[in-house]
Amino acid sequence: MSEYLVLCLILFSLGAFGVLYRRNILVMFMSIELMLNAVNLLMVYFSALHNDQSGQVFVFFIMAVAAAEITIGLAILVMIFRHLGSINIDSLKNLKW
Amino acid sequence: MMEFVWLIPALPLLGFLILSLFNKYIPKSASGYIASAMLLGSFLIVLNLLFSAISGQLIEQPPVVLFHWVHAGNLNLSLSFQIDNLSVWFMSIITGVGFLIHVYSISYMHDDEGVTRYFSYLNLFIFSMLLLVMGSNYVVMFMGWEGVGLCSYLLIGFWFKNQNYNDAAKKAFIMNRIGDLGFLLGMLLIYNQFGTLEYREVFDQASKIINPNEVSTIITVITLLLFVGAMGKSAQIPLYTWLPDAMAGPTPVSALIHAATMVTAGIYMIARSNVLYSMAPCTLDVIYIIGTGTAILAALIGLTQTDIKKVLAYSTVSQLGFMFMAIGLGGYSAGVFHVTTHAFFKALLFLGAGSVIHAMGGEQDIRKMGGLMKKLPITFITFIIATLAIAGIPPLAGFFSKDAILALAFEANPIKWGLGVFAALLTTFYMFRMLYLTFFGEFRGTQHQKEHLHESPLLMTIPLMILAALTVFSGFIEVPHVLGGHNWFSHYLAAANIALPEASHLSNSTEYLLMGTALALVVSVIFITYFLYVSKKTQPASSESEMSFLDKLSYNKFYVDELYDFVIVKPLGFLSDFNSNIIEKHFIDRIVNVSGKSIQWSGKTIRYIQSGDVNTYAIFMVIGIVVILFLNLVL
Repeated sequence: MSEYLVLCLILFSLGAFGVLYRRNILVMFMSIELMLNAVNLLMVYFSALHNDQSGQVFVFFIMAVAAAEITIGLAILVMIFRHLGSINIDSLKNLKW
Repeated sequence: MMEFVWLIPALPLLGFLILSLFNKYIPKSASGYIASAMLLGSFLIVLNLLFSAISGQLIEQPPVVLFHWVHAGNLNLSLSFQIDNLSVWFMSIITGVGFLIHVYSISYMHDDEGVTRYFSYLNLFIFSMLLLVMGSNYVVMFMGWEGVGLCSYLLIGFWFKNQNYNDAAKKAFIMNRIGDLGFLLGMLLIYNQFGTLEYREVFDQASKIINPNEVSTIITVITLLLFVGAMGKSAQIPLYTWLPDAMAGPTPVSALIHAATMVTAGIYMIARSNVLYSMAPCTLDVIYIIGTGTAILAALIGLTQTDIKKVLAYSTVSQLGFMFMAIGLGGYSAGVFHVTTHAFFKALLFLGAGSVIHAMGGEQDIRKMGGLMKKLPITFITFIIATLAIAGIPPLAGFFSKDAILALAFEANPIKWGLGVFAALLTTFYMFRMLYLTFFGEFRGTQHQKEHLHESPLLMTIPLMILAALTVFSGFIEVPHVLGGHNWFSHYLAAANIALPEASHLSNSTEYLLMGTALALVVSVIFITYFLYVSKKTQPASSESEMSFLDKLSYNKFYVDELYDFVIVKPLGFLSDFNSNIIEKHFIDRIVNVSGKSIQWSGKTIRYIQSGDVNTYAIFMVIGIVVILFLNLVL
């Protein structure tokens, strides 16, 4: 049954590397979602494995929170685009020493 | 009666609060009357107590507990008053003489701008002093002890615009502080040893625990430490130098605090703890030596002083030495008796000096006085009564109290008697020198002062007259057996657990001989001084260069102040300079600056990590998480 674990690991790593390598903020968001869903998948898997429903309940919570988070994130994204005319992360470099 | 006891200290405290809180709203002329009225109230209650004490109703009176103060572990303290013959006696002196001096001050201070402040301090002083003598444990006494020290400081520096006066006030405070430390240590040692600070329990336990025939080290240490406190407060060698400087305060203050009451607190404390002191013969020897030394040294300095108040100040130091001499010989009641008579005649002398200074428009130098006899008749008569009393001429008060001490001294050792008589002769000499220079001969001041000379108003002369009457009659409370009396005062105090002196072993003829010798010597000294200062009209040298070596030595107070300056003040100043310039600047400041600089430097270096690049942050974050998880796995 360890295929599920490997799948989750691959999904999570894809997300993490996506966040690190992509410059498009929208794509970075999608990568973050990917990481979240890898974790969700893992939860469901373990829930089935241990015959315990609370893992699946938690997944619903995580989805709700992720939805709320992405709404705010997208709102910020829109503001950035209006302000800078670009959604490239490299254009946000003013906040430094 | 006992339910009103709390009013005795409460009234002066109330007076202090009223005068200090409503300082601005009270007319200057009224403040003195308010303060005096408060004190009169206390005095009347005390007088009532005194009558019950005399009729023997206060024997074995339990302490009056006002409230329980501290409960901590084994320590139980209460604010309580010990009303017995001894404390009532001191309370009468404090409130009685205090009231007279308050009344005198109304007139003496009437044109001073700080008169309300003055009376509030005076009331606070009376409150503290009453607390000191009324307390039934060492802590309450210590509260009063510190309180009177504070008031002494405030009143010496009353005219605070003069820097010299401020310095004198500081000197008094610091010297007292040294003594207070000894007192505090003695108190802690008592607590450590007996587990209580209540007089009764301490004395009971002390007489039970300790074998009276064997010298107990701990008791000796306790009594010596307490005596250090007494040295500071009662101006004994080596802590006496503050008292002459304390004359910077207004003259009634010198009369009240630095002659009649506060400086006798040390005597009170020792008389109160006489049970402990009687167990420590070594301490008594130390007290005797210091007392005698002070009596003679201060009298020698007094011989050449030219400031009328300084002469009186050294006379006070010397008389305090006499009291300690009595206590060192085991004569607690003789010591307290001398406190009483001294309170009357010394207060009278100071108030008389105040009257003279008042008439002279602030002049205190006796070289510029002379011939005041006719212009100030009341002051002169009262002054001469006090001078005769301090010299020990019968039947004035000083004769009986000094004779009691000298008789004790002769019983111990004829040499001790000789030393006592020597100090008494010196006293006679400088007191009559001052009297003759001030009141006899020709006036030596300016023409302006001469026209201004006048007798003081009634508010000042009435207290003088009352004190003069007390000076004349107060000696009769302790007439010795040889003169047909029965030592009433010793028996009065014996009811307050003051050990009676052992019955005199001297035969009547010896005592008559001693009295006669001392008296003859005193009278001849009076005539010598008369011959020197009135017939030959000797004047004290007007400048130091004209003085002989011994004169100079005495005039400059044996250079004790200079010695203290050299031995203590200068090295301390040097140490402070060293600490401030070397240790502070090169060590402490450097450590502080280096730590500040290093933080600045590291901030400057590390801030470049803050690149503003989101990806870099993300990489750091991932690396951080991986490291944490890895460590979690490994450890």
